[in-house]
Amino acid sequence: MSEPSTLADAARRNFLAKAGVATGAAVMAPGLFLSVSTASARPADQPVTSEKRWGILVDTTKCASDCNDCVTACENENGWGSSEPNSSAEQKAHWIRSVKIRNKSTGFTKTLPMMCQHCEHPPCVDVCPTGASFRRADGIVLVDKHICIGCRYCMMACPYKARSFVHEALHDQKPWAPRGKGTVESCTMCDHLVDKGEKPACVQACSSALTFGDLYDENSEISQAMKAKDSVEIRADLDLNTGVRYRGI
Amino acid sequence: MSHRSPASRILALLLLLLPLAATADSEGEAEKEALPFSDLSFPEPARHFSAEQKCVQPVEEMRKNHMNYILHQRDETVHEGIRTRRYALEECVNCHTAQDDKGKYIPINAPDQFCYSCHSYASVKIDCFECHATKPVRPSTLQTPASTTSSTNSDKLSNDIRQLLASEGPAQ
Repeated sequence: MSEPSTLADAARRNFLAKAGVATGAAVMAPGLFLSVSTASARPADQPVTSEKRWGILVDTTKCASDCNDCVTACENENGWGSSEPNSSAEQKAHWIRSVKIRNKSTGFTKTLPMMCQHCEHPPCVDVCPTGASFRRADGIVLVDKHICIGCRYCMMACPYKARSFVHEALHDQKPWAPRGKGTVESCTMCDHLVDKGEKPACVQACSSALTFGDLYDENSEISQAMKAKDSVEIRADLDLNTGVRYRGI
Repeated sequence: MSHRSPASRILALLLLLLPLAATADSEGEAEKEALPFSDLSFPEPARHFSAEQKCVQPVEEMRKNHMNYILHQRDETVHEGIRTRRYALEECVNCHTAQDDKGKYIPINAPDQFCYSCHSYASVKIDCFECHATKPVRPSTLQTPASTTSSTNSDKLSNDIRQLLASEGPAQ
């Protein structure tokens, strides 16, 4: 009995490793974080360029199982937490969510934040019939809600279940995060903050597990952190070249 | 006809035109009274761009072309991350929302408020505020008002609009 089960385990390990999901704890030493400033403010009247590519590194070894700080920070910043009282749990917005993964054979569990991975080759952009789903020059994947017709193709195309659809009329939105009924939405990497030279709200709330910065700048905090230690893309097999990377899974 | 004198011709013409002129006058008066929306009043903007310039562009320009400024800014902001404030919708809201007796902001998309009072007159449905904030949330970054003496001409805008409507009235 032991041999087939080992084989099955090996196969599962293989699959999960490919899928970038944890099979066990990859114990890492505490990350060495350089205090290099990540973002320099671009003048407000200058367009974003492809000279930068914004990314986030998630060190899941720092994620406590009951911690929800990044999700709460996103809710507060972008105003989506309790804005849809009439929608079911499945319908509610989830710009970022806490996901628990479990190794079935060992029972080991791990919690990690899941949100838009800001792919270089985003499937949501490929399928959008109107051009509403687009990738900004600096790598942030967004929905132009002025053009979105609410068809939800992008929601089905996204391998990360990162997008959600607003099912009911909303009130008291944040001026910097407009959102409304009939349009699809997802993590914007807090583009309104990034454009000011600040870090996204989740990264501000949890600097221990989350690192933000320019992936093209080899001296940036995130590039240094990724150079120093291993990190993976989730579903790397899809060749999407995600802007959000994970460590410890 | 050819044997009539010029004087009698003019007299006949005047006699013909007199009743017409009279009716035109009285009709004009009646129409002005009954003109729909002629009692429209708009909440006065809370701030002015400068003493000389009330809005980010001259008022006449904004009346005709405000939508173009907002549309242009919208695409630049969403797609290119250009976040200049001058033509940002948020700044429209910052100036043009009114406060109630208790000092609470009234949503700008309420029926009698700045946007919708005019848009309902023009039968133009706008859906800006299904997504965008309808009340000021953070302080404006635009120029602060040069003077706060706007109370003296607090009805300036509505007077202007009234005059505009009155002058356009007979053409309708």
